[in-house]
Amino acid sequence: MPRLLEVENLKTQFETGAGIVKAVDGISYYVDEGETVAIVGESGCGKSVGAMSILRLIPDPPGKIVDGRIIFEGRNVLELPDSEIRKIRGGQISMVFQEPMTSLNPVLTIGLQLTETMMLHLGLSQDEADKRAVELLGMVGIGEPERRLKQYPHQFSGGMRQRVMIALALSCKPKLIIADEPTTALDVTIQAQILELMRNLTKDMGVALIIITHNLGVVARYAERVIVMYAGKIVEMGTAKQVYHDPHHPYTIGLLNSVPRMDLHRGRRLVPIEGQPPDLTRLDEGCSYRPRCRWAIDKCAASFPPLEAIDGSQIAACFRKDELEKDLKSAS
Amino acid sequence: MSTPQATIEFEDIELPKKPIPARIWDLCKRQPLGAFGAVVVIAMIIMAVFANVVSPYDPERADFANMLTAPNIDYWLGTDAFGRDILTRIIYGARTALFVGFACAFVGATGGLVLGVASAYFGGIFDLIVQRIVDVVMAFPLIILALAVVATLGTGTENVIIAITIPFIPQCARVVRSNALAIREIPYVDAARALGFSDSRIILRHMVPNVMAPYLIMLTAFVGQAILLEASLSYLGMGVQEPTPAWGLMLQGGAEEFAESAPWVPIFPGLAITLAVFGFNLFGDAVRDLLDPKLRTR
Repeated sequence: MPRLLEVENLKTQFETGAGIVKAVDGISYYVDEGETVAIVGESGCGKSVGAMSILRLIPDPPGKIVDGRIIFEGRNVLELPDSEIRKIRGGQISMVFQEPMTSLNPVLTIGLQLTETMMLHLGLSQDEADKRAVELLGMVGIGEPERRLKQYPHQFSGGMRQRVMIALALSCKPKLIIADEPTTALDVTIQAQILELMRNLTKDMGVALIIITHNLGVVARYAERVIVMYAGKIVEMGTAKQVYHDPHHPYTIGLLNSVPRMDLHRGRRLVPIEGQPPDLTRLDEGCSYRPRCRWAIDKCAASFPPLEAIDGSQIAACFRKDELEKDLKSAS
Repeated sequence: MSTPQATIEFEDIELPKKPIPARIWDLCKRQPLGAFGAVVVIAMIIMAVFANVVSPYDPERADFANMLTAPNIDYWLGTDAFGRDILTRIIYGARTALFVGFACAFVGATGGLVLGVASAYFGGIFDLIVQRIVDVVMAFPLIILALAVVATLGTGTENVIIAITIPFIPQCARVVRSNALAIREIPYVDAARALGFSDSRIILRHMVPNVMAPYLIMLTAFVGQAILLEASLSYLGMGVQEPTPAWGLMLQGGAEEFAESAPWVPIFPGLAITLAVFGFNLFGDAVRDLLDPKLRTR
């Protein structure tokens, strides 16, 4: 499948009173057409900033994309003029935000918010846009769409609002949807519904999806490929199966050990990752995961391990990635 | 196309709605002072709009046989030094006062609204420059600034409106900006940006409706202030010019000369100014209380 999005050596930094925060520090990945990619990592590891950078939504100042290229359909997004980037935003790449409760404007009706976007990007008339808005609400499973369009966001529950956000994201037939922790603010039963809905609709419409999450359950079930980020860098990348069953980075292993899994034997203890994520203003030359890693060796302090292929499509950034497996096997 | 698993439907809970007169009565009981203010405001508007119907005489008709007569059956509030009916001139003066008041308040508050929201939305250098200009303008007392503008532009109703509007813009901009700053941080503004809307569309369509409450409060407060300022400027001879009937002018023509010999000449226009400003302020306070959910306790 052709490449839809290629991110090359993206670096996004924030200037703060405490120094420069390297929120995203040289990440490279790609997304194929119609593919679902998950970006995982703990809070503050740069997942959201990396995704916002794709649409140039980083507030500047204090944020700044200092290096890298983002190639979307053959064009470098970072070099486009503002009028062009606005056509891409919402039209070809749309976002679903974390907070459905506050991502819709409280003083505008749902209908107005849906039709406004379509009239802007697809050049529809008010009537056509209204018609399509009804269809969209039906698609995302909201009953009585005609009546619902005239209502305001406060008349919708959190799950319903996230459905509206999904309808909004799909409204202009984008090529890529970036969902920034789309289910974090919802309760567990609704989470599954929303994810199922997103997966079905994106598959049906052939839309690529980047899911940013810290929920590994989401990854295992919905993503084809997984990118694991730690402290602004990609530490491991591979298909969901590879990363889940055959992790080659200590951080990925730590993450997997810290969540309950149905596929392993019961009674296994959950092992939390010790320590805190590092201060992004004070990163040194070495591996940023080193202080929390039980496999750390002297070499780890000298330089950041390069991302190297393990077999085919899986890559990991660890000097001892080939020894981890043996180690784990002998331990269990 | 696969159908989503669940379709959520629920009925709206419709609160039983009372008939409108009953709801107005409830509102009056909750805000008695506001209701009084509203009555004054409405009375003034009716007076101003139907001035030619309500008033007994022509505002510029001079009855030289009855100069400086005390209030009587023919002239309810007496006549001034030219024999002009004071009641008529007060009614027509309401026209001037309201026209200047609403024009200044609307232009000033709206200008401040756009400037304040834009300042909060763009932030950075733009915000810094706008806020420093606002600081400079706000450092002058209202009346001094208005006087300075009139001194530059000259007198007359239009210039008075400009003179009063200019100091209003930064006042409103400051209040609106602080509200808009909070709104800027709510994700729907970022969501609007992520949907590819232009800056002007986000400001006007998505942010402005969210700061309507402070805007309306500033607007009503400005009307009262503008009426007072217009009267002050006219009193100082820097505002509306004769023979246009204006309350400040009537005071000027009467206050010093006739305070003892014909007190009705200055008293009634003075009362009109007081009542109007008081009415608008009470009305504005009530609007603020009704729009602020934190104060809506009873």
